[in-house]
Amino acid sequence: MTEDYKDKEAQSFECEGMECKQILEKLSEYIDGELDPQICKDLEKHMQDCHPCLLFIDSLKKTITLFKYTASEPLPQEVHLRLHDYLRKECKGC
Amino acid sequence: MEKASKKLDINDQALIDKINAGDFQAFEALVNRYEGKVYRLATRMLRNQQDAEDALQETFLQVYRGLNSFEGRSNFSTWLFRLATNVCLMKIRHRGTEPAGMLPLEDYLPRHENGEHPVIQEWPEKPEEILLSKESREKMMEALEKLPPEYRAVFVLRDIEGFSNSEAGETLGISVAAVKSRLHRARLALRGMLAEYFEKGKGAGPTFVEN
Repeated sequence: MTEDYKDKEAQSFECEGMECKQILEKLSEYIDGELDPQICKDLEKHMQDCHPCLLFIDSLKKTITLFKYTASEPLPQEVHLRLHDYLRKECKGC
Repeated sequence: MEKASKKLDINDQALIDKINAGDFQAFEALVNRYEGKVYRLATRMLRNQQDAEDALQETFLQVYRGLNSFEGRSNFSTWLFRLATNVCLMKIRHRGTEPAGMLPLEDYLPRHENGEHPVIQEWPEKPEEILLSKESREKMMEALEKLPPEYRAVFVLRDIEGFSNSEAGETLGISVAAVKSRLHRARLALRGMLAEYFEKGKGAGPTFVEN
């Protein structure tokens, strides 16, 4: 057994239960509250011991929040006016 | 959102009846109600403001022309957003410069292989404060633009516009399972792209080392 292999084995003990890869697949369902309660419990248990996974989910949540914040830009008034002008002209012949 | 859209539906139908009876002011009222949301969807899908404005105009013209055939089997808003999304996707196809298929996503998805752990930096505590800078907003729009259009559409409807999985599925004509799968991959890819930006200067992108 190489030292490298031992290290990997130690790592997998650290993250007992679910593996990081499995966690990754479930993160969106976890964030959206759609995960089965038992899997949810396992995932939270895993994250207590696995700092990379904890940081990862934190950054994933922040990604979603950031894009939500960009959603609040109002429609420019000139775009509104041009739209209504356009529709008044184009819809006449409809 | 579902509660709000249900309340609006009653008024939508009343307006649609008036429009079908030839009342153009009722159509303008309907446009006023949804133009902001459609424009936002178009700017997220197309990024280019002129293209977004064109898509906005084209969508509402299609609405006016198609209202007679709107049978009310789905919510008006679902029908409207389906039209708007299709107009945007068509514009993207005509550009011919979009990332093809799923390939670009892979570059940004984290890989856990044989016990390897990704190196993950902690993100700023309040990343929304970063949005005050124009550069950050540009980076986010760039990231969104890198997503394949079908993934971008799911992300915009679900995470920006607040649609439920089933509303997004109905709008895009795909199953809830497909919505969930695309949404997850889109989120992971966007996270990866933003990580490159937030972690700039710390010497770490989405790279991976053995523990």
